[in-house]
Amino acid sequence: MSLFGQTVICGILLGGMYALIAIGMTLIMGVMKIINLAHGALVMVGMYITYVCYKSWGLDPYLGMLIAMPALFLIGCLIQKYMINRLVEVDSILPENQVLLTVGIMLVLTEVARLIFKSDYRSVTTGYSSSTFFVGDMSISVPMTVGFFIAMAFTYLLHLFLTRTDLGRSIRATAQDRNAAVYMGVNAPRVTVITFGIGSALAAAGGSLLLPLFYLWPDIGHLFTAKAFIITILGGMGSTMGAIFGGLTLGIAESLGATYISMGYKDVVGLVIFLFVLLFIPGGFKSLTKR
Amino acid sequence: MTAKGWLTPTVIAVVALVLPLILRDPYPQHILIMILIWATLGTAWNLLGGYAGQVSFGHAAFFGLGAYSAGLLFFHLKISTWWGLLLGPLVATAVAVPIGLICFRLRGPYFALATLALGEIFRLVFTNWVSFTRGAQGILILSTFPTKVPYYYIALAIWGLAMFTLNRLINSKLGYYFVSIREDQDAAESLGIPTTRYKMYALLPSAFLAGLTGAFYMNYIAFIDPHVVFSLGDISVMVILVVMMGGVANPWGAPVGAAIYIALNEIFRAWLGSANVLAFGILVCLVILFLPNGVMGELGQIRRTAFRQKPAAAGGGQK
Repeated sequence: MSLFGQTVICGILLGGMYALIAIGMTLIMGVMKIINLAHGALVMVGMYITYVCYKSWGLDPYLGMLIAMPALFLIGCLIQKYMINRLVEVDSILPENQVLLTVGIMLVLTEVARLIFKSDYRSVTTGYSSSTFFVGDMSISVPMTVGFFIAMAFTYLLHLFLTRTDLGRSIRATAQDRNAAVYMGVNAPRVTVITFGIGSALAAAGGSLLLPLFYLWPDIGHLFTAKAFIITILGGMGSTMGAIFGGLTLGIAESLGATYISMGYKDVVGLVIFLFVLLFIPGGFKSLTKR
Repeated sequence: MTAKGWLTPTVIAVVALVLPLILRDPYPQHILIMILIWATLGTAWNLLGGYAGQVSFGHAAFFGLGAYSAGLLFFHLKISTWWGLLLGPLVATAVAVPIGLICFRLRGPYFALATLALGEIFRLVFTNWVSFTRGAQGILILSTFPTKVPYYYIALAIWGLAMFTLNRLINSKLGYYFVSIREDQDAAESLGIPTTRYKMYALLPSAFLAGLTGAFYMNYIAFIDPHVVFSLGDISVMVILVVMMGGVANPWGAPVGAAIYIALNEIFRAWLGSANVLAFGILVCLVILFLPNGVMGELGQIRRTAFRQKPAAAGGGQK
């Protein structure tokens, strides 16, 4: 029983951090209606920035996050402004052009990271990396718990931003109906730029929180892109609360899969859940609550 | 077809047939074979993604199944991997039926994500099912031929088959159905086109050709492992970028894209060392930004009804 409890708790903690990454993606998806395949690469860039801060100045990953987030906000804004928004005006046979552009961006970011840092596996070892505490007879990792609570704090702040500020409201308006938002005087291109920036910053935050737990190498982005997708679809496009539920579900499913099936098949568990949700509840959890 | 319509393919066929006799070194021959492999795979993708508009992010599944059918024939039954050229495409086509039934319920980005997930599931299963597939160790065989010339002609024949299939399909009633589904699925449905069935008619030949390419790849490269043949980044996504670069929904898009991709890859590898993928990524961004319909699409020379002839499409290049 303690094994089961520990597995579930571990899944919840990990899922909370995944959720933060996925919220970044779901925001972008909601406003732009595109799949951002570069999202994992942005997580990876954020992780490297935090890593460099740690290596050169000995900055704790949780503080390095405060540097990585503004940096990624800027990168995200530039990508959206000078690349993705340009494509809106271009006419092409396939509407998936924007998605493929994000693939190109993903390739560029990954390869730039490989050029600078090589393909070596790197990790950050802090004093608390492997420390645990006990609840009953279940041992729980400290960095996971800290990461989980920071992730939840960010999610709450984002929720306040989206519901209480003018800018947050215009982001939500653009996501609901872009044309209507434009008629109401929302500067839609500017909103998309800021949204992409916020999404990237959240990706960086998630990456920094996961840095003490994961090995870091340039291709790690693919892993996070896949996870963020699964969560976004589970929760429903553009839904923050959905992304949290999706993140927790994925975290628990992976954790249970790793414990009871095998480490190698844990990603299959996530993907199979993903397919079932796509097929049977295509709107994600969001659509269930509305009924 | 008019006389002019036959001229270009004939010239290309003649050039392709004599090319290995002129380029006698193994290295350029290898490059030609790789171009043919990518051209075939790209053509397979183009049929489903370009013409029928069902952008698949999981074509590595069919490619890998073809390759593993050939490899596992040898590994388990000690039968020549060349029989894989028969078995591989059939396995890929058979697997495509359930995949199609699952994924064609979905549209647009959801379809793309579902195929992506399926492709990844195949990769993970083939990595972890060690007793049957040898897992990440992969399968190694001995090459049949000492020189590259026989491989070249086999690859050429496979590519020829792909081009023939594509041309027959897109110039028939089916081709117009595919384009109508791509342009507006609801309108196609309301005109009485059973869209799911016709998407399936695009998927099956596409999977067949991808499986055939995979089986040939096994024979030619003589080594496969799940991370290579089921790769999301190096196969599934790359084939989309190759077609994108050459020209979506254009019969010559895949071959031109493949030639550009392989040639650039080799040039950049020689010049920049490890940065070849970086250079390719930048090129992809530039092509999508400035030539949204690919090199062949923007040439504007072959204009069939499959194209939207809007002035904006041509003007995109000058912006």
